[in-house]
Amino acid sequence: MTRRFVEGSEAIVEAAILAGCRFFAGYPMTPFTEVLDHMAEKMPLAGGICVNAESELEAVGMAWGALATGARAATGSTGQGLSLMQESFSEITRAELPLVVVNMARGQSDYYQSTRGGGHGDYFHIILCPIDIHEAVEHIQLAFHLADVWRNPVQIYGDYLLAHTAEAVELEAIAFDTLPAKDWALDGSLNGTGGSRNINSIGMTKGNKGIEPERFWKRLQAKYEAIKIAEARHEAEFLEDANYVVTAFGTTAKFVRHVIREMRNEGSRIGYIRPITLWPFPSQAFCDVAGSVREIGVFELNGGQMIDDVRLAVLGAAPVAALGGISSDESGFGVGPLLNTDVIRSILEAAYERATGEEKDQ
Amino acid sequence: MTLIDTDRPPTVPAKEWRARKPSLLLEGDHDLCSGCGEPIALRSLLEVIEELGWADRAMAAVGIGCYTALTPLLDVDMVQALHGRAPSVATGLKRMRPDRLVFTLQGDGDMVNEGLQEVLHSAARGEAITCVLLNNGVFGETGGHMTATTVLGQRTKNTLEGRDAKYHGHPISMTDLLPPLGGVSYVARGTVTTARDVERTRRYLRRALEAQIAGDGFSFVEILTMCPTGWFIPVTEGPGYLNDTIAPVFRTGEFKADGKIVETQK
Repeated sequence: MTRRFVEGSEAIVEAAILAGCRFFAGYPMTPFTEVLDHMAEKMPLAGGICVNAESELEAVGMAWGALATGARAATGSTGQGLSLMQESFSEITRAELPLVVVNMARGQSDYYQSTRGGGHGDYFHIILCPIDIHEAVEHIQLAFHLADVWRNPVQIYGDYLLAHTAEAVELEAIAFDTLPAKDWALDGSLNGTGGSRNINSIGMTKGNKGIEPERFWKRLQAKYEAIKIAEARHEAEFLEDANYVVTAFGTTAKFVRHVIREMRNEGSRIGYIRPITLWPFPSQAFCDVAGSVREIGVFELNGGQMIDDVRLAVLGAAPVAALGGISSDESGFGVGPLLNTDVIRSILEAAYERATGEEKDQ
Repeated sequence: MTLIDTDRPPTVPAKEWRARKPSLLLEGDHDLCSGCGEPIALRSLLEVIEELGWADRAMAAVGIGCYTALTPLLDVDMVQALHGRAPSVATGLKRMRPDRLVFTLQGDGDMVNEGLQEVLHSAARGEAITCVLLNNGVFGETGGHMTATTVLGQRTKNTLEGRDAKYHGHPISMTDLLPPLGGVSYVARGTVTTARDVERTRRYLRRALEAQIAGDGFSFVEILTMCPTGWFIPVTEGPGYLNDTIAPVFRTGEFKADGKIVETQK
């Protein structure tokens, strides 16, 4: 194993190619831009295609076509660009194509955008939210695998720090279970036999008049129920005797986890849960602690979005408090004053004291 | 005069209609109106693909319009794209399968309204795809509303006194926009109003697909189709209305061939 000191964007691109990604289309936008840079450089060397699309609308459309041939294909952007892609995301998802989306978000205020489908119709994307570059290398490979397993898009929810900082990582291909052949992929070979295919989102079938949306969409909902059971992932620490639990996601969780480890070392009975999949949300992890904690604190850098999922998970069995808030510097890219371990420490200590009536041991 | 002269025996044996059915057309029912020009255009395209020997190597990205009611009968692998997005989807298909014949189907509302940038960008990139525009000058599926190709004076459901340039703006002609672009190999416009025009349109489709097969870049055929329902006229008047009202604005013929602008069309 060799470790290399690599920027997040480059590591994600190399890992995507290791996972077999051979088509990428994107449009530059901070902090996603470097993903496109590295794709444009590295994809042709791997025998793949990277198209510098004229807009996000077209980037996602190109990925849509590439996916229909059975190729592993991806696109990406940041929240604003993903807003433009939502119409196609909805169609691609309900047409059951395995798209991978690299979202380098401008902070944490796009949690709803990612976890609520985002476009028209009843659908979800699996959202993997890495805490660091090491995990991002794993997640991008897992993303292509899960997308093929479930025939559903998977998004990597990263951010400015993930894209633009460097870590020493091992860039090795992960071996996943072998998947069945993509017998649904288009190649024209069945044309004229009555068996040609129509990849669509509304239940159109060749030779049959009209559409069957209800049957088609009900089948998708059954798939989502199965994904909720099979794919919810989380990381937790110190839950056994915790009387206060803090939850956070993504890069922010790295700061929060550091503070909680410090507070634990100093005697606080505080624990930590980090959703690794933002959808499906790891609700059971929160249910399991709801009866034994005084409060669950949600530290997220937005107006309060993931807190809804925590509340839905515990359904009133534990108080849930918002500890974070909107935090941004002048760039608007999500690196604000709350992303600071000293500040987080004072917030978590105050919450812990308020909810448990205990001051930390001096 | 009788329609069939029963006094003489036929000089050629009777043929079953199936013998003349394109191999890529499935038998079945559809919901398109009487007098619609789109089935003729689509049938012509299927015939040409078959004649060129690419029937089992063709793939499509199709848009959304009345013709979507007919796409279940086109026995060709396809992606049902969104309104406006077919050229980008076709780009993805072709980039990953350059050994396949890739075409799009779009109406005027789809291509010229919602997706104008997609078709222009795909053309300028020189994508080796063939984009087919079925232009009837109205949103037929919604019941006859103004599109970007509705001609001046044309009555639609939202231009009740006719399209007024001062109020509704001017129609856009794709054959004005596409030929100057560098990646474009072939541009033509035909109609399906008469047997002669159907044959010409078939020739344009063949040349466009041949340009793609030759690797010459982007190719485009616009087919003016009758829409008596959306034009609010009797079915039998569709071809005449098209020839009198629409064809003078959207001239037919070849506008670019072998990568060169056809001078007589300037």
